[in-house]
Amino acid sequence: MSESTAIIEVRPGAAAAPATEAAGATPARLRVFRGEPGSQAHYDEFDVPVEEGMVVLDALHWIQANGAPDLAVRWNCKAAKCGSCGAEVNGKPRLTCKTRLSDFDPAEPIVVEPMRTFPLIRDLVTDVSWNYAVNRSLEPFTPPADVPQSDWRWQQEDIERVQEFRKCIECFLCQDVCHVLRNHETDKPFMGPRFLVRTAGLEMHPIDQADRRRYLKDVGGVGYCNITKCCTEVCPEHIKITDNAIIPLKERVADEFYDPIQWVWRKVRGRPDAPLRTELPMLPSAPAAPVAAARGDGESAAPMAAAEPALPTPPKRASTRPKRPRRRSDAGDETPSEG
Amino acid sequence: MALAPEALDQIESHPVDVLVIGAGGAGIRAAIEAKAAGASVGLVCKSLFGKAHTVMAEGGVAAALGHVDPEDKWQTHFRDTMVGGKLLNNPRMAELHAQESPDRVQELEAWGAVFDRTRDGRILQRPFGGHSHPRLAHVGDRTGLEMIRTLQDRAVALGIDVYMECTITRLITGGGAAGAGRGVVGAFGYWRTTGAPVTFPAKAVVLATGGIGKAYTVTSNSWEYSGDGHALAYSVGADLIDMEFVQFHPTGMVWPPGVRGLLVTEAVRGEGGILRNKDGKRFMWDYLPEDRRGEYAATDEEAAKWVTAQSQGRVTDARRPPELSTRDNVSRAIYTEVREGRGSPHGGVFLDISYLPAEHVRRKLPSMYDQFKELADVDITKGPMEVGPTTHYVMGGVRVDAETGASTVAGLFAAGEVAGGMHGANRLGGNSLSDLLVFGARTGAGAAAHAARTAAQPYLDPVQVRDAARELAAPLERGSGEDPYAIQHDLQDAMQRLVGIFRIERDLQDAIAELAKLKARWPGVAVAGGRIFNPGWNLVFELRNLLVVSEAITRSALQRTESRGAHSRIDHPETDQAGWGGRNSVVRRRGDGTMEVTTTSLPDMPDELRLLLGGAH
Repeated sequence: MSESTAIIEVRPGAAAAPATEAAGATPARLRVFRGEPGSQAHYDEFDVPVEEGMVVLDALHWIQANGAPDLAVRWNCKAAKCGSCGAEVNGKPRLTCKTRLSDFDPAEPIVVEPMRTFPLIRDLVTDVSWNYAVNRSLEPFTPPADVPQSDWRWQQEDIERVQEFRKCIECFLCQDVCHVLRNHETDKPFMGPRFLVRTAGLEMHPIDQADRRRYLKDVGGVGYCNITKCCTEVCPEHIKITDNAIIPLKERVADEFYDPIQWVWRKVRGRPDAPLRTELPMLPSAPAAPVAAARGDGESAAPMAAAEPALPTPPKRASTRPKRPRRRSDAGDETPSEG
Repeated sequence: MALAPEALDQIESHPVDVLVIGAGGAGIRAAIEAKAAGASVGLVCKSLFGKAHTVMAEGGVAAALGHVDPEDKWQTHFRDTMVGGKLLNNPRMAELHAQESPDRVQELEAWGAVFDRTRDGRILQRPFGGHSHPRLAHVGDRTGLEMIRTLQDRAVALGIDVYMECTITRLITGGGAAGAGRGVVGAFGYWRTTGAPVTFPAKAVVLATGGIGKAYTVTSNSWEYSGDGHALAYSVGADLIDMEFVQFHPTGMVWPPGVRGLLVTEAVRGEGGILRNKDGKRFMWDYLPEDRRGEYAATDEEAAKWVTAQSQGRVTDARRPPELSTRDNVSRAIYTEVREGRGSPHGGVFLDISYLPAEHVRRKLPSMYDQFKELADVDITKGPMEVGPTTHYVMGGVRVDAETGASTVAGLFAAGEVAGGMHGANRLGGNSLSDLLVFGARTGAGAAAHAARTAAQPYLDPVQVRDAARELAAPLERGSGEDPYAIQHDLQDAMQRLVGIFRIERDLQDAIAELAKLKARWPGVAVAGGRIFNPGWNLVFELRNLLVVSEAITRSALQRTESRGAHSRIDHPETDQAGWGGRNSVVRRRGDGTMEVTTTSLPDMPDELRLLLGGAH
């Protein structure tokens, strides 16, 4: 990767807190990634006065209100319910709204960077629209046509697993950490942990009638997951993504397509494979230009149209992305470092 | 750079039949209904799709399904809503809401929502403040997330065009057909991710922009809640009603400072949470209104019996605990306890659910458990929370037709929190999510029908578009000037100090004077940086909207010389039924740009509805 040659340029931020303001508590030093496509990225450093219980997002807001009003940060609820404020804090994908400053060594700067898997828009904001395109390719919830809703009866214990999957707040930290996506390891698309969780929530719904196994195998690329569990580790909702969603889906696919008895039985029955709503996409020959993609649709004229025929490949970071200083700790790693 | 007139035709444009502004519960539901009616629909939101404030809703969605208590019918829901709203609700809206919310909730289940279940496998319902029966369908304490994800998935399945991270700054009006007046024919906005302008010519525009919480320092609302729809409607001459009624939710977090105001769901009290002051006294016994005391338990023992039955899903003859009084009342009680020196260390009171089995608490209130554990180092299964009032919801909003959501301006519709009338002087918990569904659907249908009657493809007046584009670019071009963050800080400080839970004429006059100064500073606002995802620049237009709604709230509060529901006047502590009963405040923009505040009479209530209220009116 050419990025490894980039030089870390650290500039003091415009708003270093005066020592008097931070009296009583050691200020936290934040080293924040700044940059946009087509520019040389750098880091700004800010000394932020610390209040009890303060989280990284509080510190970023303080920076915005005290000298860097244009610092780009995506956030909404500040309560870990909306999943907007994901970033990498000291190299780990985290929700900045629930990452406490007190969790870090005050002697070291806290490094805040955007999610690395997605194309950069600016500073800490990335273009996550690819995820929405993947979502559109999934077969929606399909209730039975012949059972009236008044007859639907499910016990609480029958839905607890599905409810676990539906806790997902779509922060995309699992997509960010997944090495298959992060390192663009495959020639064919991979839907990523978030959409395996969504698929599991549909497949295990007590009355859903659709069969998504061929999609999982041929379009979504469930086989690419080699169950390293990185996604489970970063999930702020504590969803057991690998154990409860991905492995059962892999088993369903294996039972359907790789079990010899099933294979013979299918041949005997002569049942055709269920038609696929989607087909295998071609890899885009060129990455989406970040500015156009940043619109939230990836295409200028047809924002989030539903009739997306194929699962797109995540746009690769390319020359339009600013050179990204690399941390020493993640050189050569496939997954973000633990440090 | 200033936008030259010749560049106007290069502005990206997306003509649609129905433009929905805001993609929370009401906006998505409206879009779904309009799409189903055959309209082409554009759904615009300031955030990513699925992040709207609806995800923050926790406790549940109110609907008289009668699954837990078969006695619950739409008539009882109607009565509770009117009584909770101090009879200032639009009765037709309250009627439609009570009648249609069960179908709207069942519909969510048919679209894939997975609600908690009763023992016989149906949608479970929990009790809530002001509701006479267990009525709130819920998913633990993350009901809003379930609702928005279900609606989001449905919208995707229907192929609705979603324009994410796009801010609308102006509505565009047009001559319209003869007699139609200057109706709304589209909207102007910009992509937050690029800063590029965009227009949406539309036959009908639905406002579904939510509330105004960011006018206050302490609020449960996110940055998105800047009164955009209220201000947009006002700017084109639509009526706003009931703007003095701002709900202060009784229980927000008070510590640590970074999360002050963050919501602590009413479901904590619905599941049995007890409020105590620093002396350990269960103070809500002292604050129950005399005329409603009979609805509440008489003793700790009766309240405990109710909690036990409730946790086992049984119907009981015990009455509900005093903590389940309406929100306006509980907020005033907590505020008074703190002001009189009986508060907790961080300026709130204690809310305790730790006397129930830890496993039960974690199962019924999982987000609350995580929220306190991770943000405040408090284990709510082991000790009490500290809570205090937080700005939560505005009952007032765009004056709409109950059947269709049509505003008083042709082509402009509103649904959800931005619409007024449904909740009167005080909203019951759980009635917001059902409001979004019922009136989201009705307004989507109303807007689609309006679009179908509108033959002409809308044309956007280039002068208005040019002016909107200039206004958009100006803060970036001024070089130096007022800091939007500073103005916002001063605005929130003024509203928090002077137009809070308890109001008095002197404070309200001071607030009007301070708001005038802030308004005068706004045209000189300048921001650094460029157009790409620039939060300081984004704030400029939200600030403009907040200034409008703050003035509307303050002037309406000054006008209403009584106390009713969420509006408490220290100088007029009584409810003045003769003078103010059945009268709604109306705010409207005069031709010269100043704000006019008047009143109007509540629509008449038919006798069959009046009978349902029994002795309550």
